[in-house]
Amino acid sequence: MLKEKTKRAFIPWLYLLIPMGLLAMLTYLPLFNMIWYSTTSWDGFDPEKKYVGFQNYVAIAKDPEIFRSLIVSLYYFGGALIQIAIALFLATILSYGFRASNFFKAILVFPFLLNTVAVSLVFLYLFQGGGGLDLAFKFLGLENFITLWLGNPDVTNISLAGVSVWRYMGLNLVLFIGAIQSINPELFEAAELDRANRWHQFRYIILPGIRRISALSLILAISGSISVFEIPYIMLRGANGSSTFVIQTVQTAFVQSRFGLASALAIVLLAIVLLVTYIQRKIFKDDEAELV
Amino acid sequence: MKKVETFKVIIYTLLSVISIIIIFPLVPLIFASFKNQDEFRNTSALTPPNDWTNFENFTAAWTQGALVSGFFNTAIILGVSLVATIFIGTMAAYAIDRFSFAGKRWVLWTFLIATLIPGVTTQVATFQIINGLGLYNTRWAAILLFAGTDIISIYIFLQFMASIPKALDESARIDGASHLTIYFRIILPLMRPAIATVVIIKGIAMYNEFYIPFLYMPDPELGTVSTSLYRFIGPFSASWQIICAATLLVILPTLTAFLALQKFIYRGLTAGSVK
Repeated sequence: MLKEKTKRAFIPWLYLLIPMGLLAMLTYLPLFNMIWYSTTSWDGFDPEKKYVGFQNYVAIAKDPEIFRSLIVSLYYFGGALIQIAIALFLATILSYGFRASNFFKAILVFPFLLNTVAVSLVFLYLFQGGGGLDLAFKFLGLENFITLWLGNPDVTNISLAGVSVWRYMGLNLVLFIGAIQSINPELFEAAELDRANRWHQFRYIILPGIRRISALSLILAISGSISVFEIPYIMLRGANGSSTFVIQTVQTAFVQSRFGLASALAIVLLAIVLLVTYIQRKIFKDDEAELV
Repeated sequence: MKKVETFKVIIYTLLSVISIIIIFPLVPLIFASFKNQDEFRNTSALTPPNDWTNFENFTAAWTQGALVSGFFNTAIILGVSLVATIFIGTMAAYAIDRFSFAGKRWVLWTFLIATLIPGVTTQVATFQIINGLGLYNTRWAAILLFAGTDIISIYIFLQFMASIPKALDESARIDGASHLTIYFRIILPLMRPAIATVVIIKGIAMYNEFYIPFLYMPDPELGTVSTSLYRFIGPFSASWQIICAATLLVILPTLTAFLALQKFIYRGLTAGSVK
């Protein structure tokens, strides 16, 4: 009897062996190594890793390039806020069940599914001098605003944030529509009976119903805008003031071979993301119960 | 009544304008893919091509670039990683949901905390591990990273498994079925809807992934769809119409999948983000 019981306690670990082994090897080991590397001046090859204490972190705090890359994140964060607002507005409209709602939804969501490199090339071509965007501006009588969309350092990050909005709005939209659909339909019926107008339906039924998803969208917006990497890297390799925190980390490690410093950068990024997540969890405490 | 009509007109106009803004960036690219060299140089980006059946750019993109091997490599990586993800995820979910054991909370927490660590931040150190295993510049690097760091799928499986009645496997156990039989004969078949969700959202994510193949598989022969397309930028920058055609070829499978699986994709996106 006892033997059977010990056997049963042992079985789950058999199933967990591979998943947890991979988790340890590919997530936790790199994390601990990174903390260690961040206190060394390692170049990625040298068998010896020289301890330098907090020197890398001090270097980061003093580096104006790093500060600039955090400013770049603000463009994406601004873009993300606009994107959330538009997505919320559209989700509300689409959930009223107009004809062709599904068609519009499909168009809005499609960009999110596209290959990152394909998206980058679509916009590299669109932004070319005399290209599609310039022609559209001319057509609309806005030729005075035409500039080098990816060449003018004052505009580059706005253009790139625009690409990001184009690409990610669909995700917010699907999340909002899902949340609105999960609101009890009786609430809307009761509102109709009470002759509540659409604004009141939005204010008193939809808004409270999507609280949790809004919080999630906001946290994705913050952590997403600090860890922007692929689109500015593919389109510009971080040139013209488009370098982000992650681009700097990647260049520091794999181009300049300063793994110690790059590890410290990655730890700083991780700390920011964890802090943001922690604050969000504190504010929306009631949601935590569902997670574990 | 009149008021409702005006409201509708405003809404439809608004939705149409937004749809046009969303579709517009793709238009010049589609036009360019069907233009020949002369036409491409001498017409504006918003002039439709003369001949919509001119496929020479697509042929050029297919034969001159490395797209073919890109699709091949992506297919292999995608196939193997998805099978591995399904087994790893369902095994972990089976152990956590169906057994009570000491340390279960601790196991859950280790997975939960890992979801908070953005993968892109740890690459600096993950690179050393992949390199140390001798997997740098092999397809196994991408396969291992896709399958081994995917915790979202475990959560999707966990959530779904909680909705499968425990009475099912308990009665099988009383009939003398071993845990392996229960896992393969009862749990896995019932998990089909969750597996479909994971296959769709992870399939799309892997097809679109750029960073991992770019970092770990620089060998041009190991190019995936993303990295092969990326490598068009230098050599073809004098003939953008070919780059445009290549981009369209990469978009096409996504469009097909989207049209066929729309409902599942919406469901998957919701399940994948709300962990």
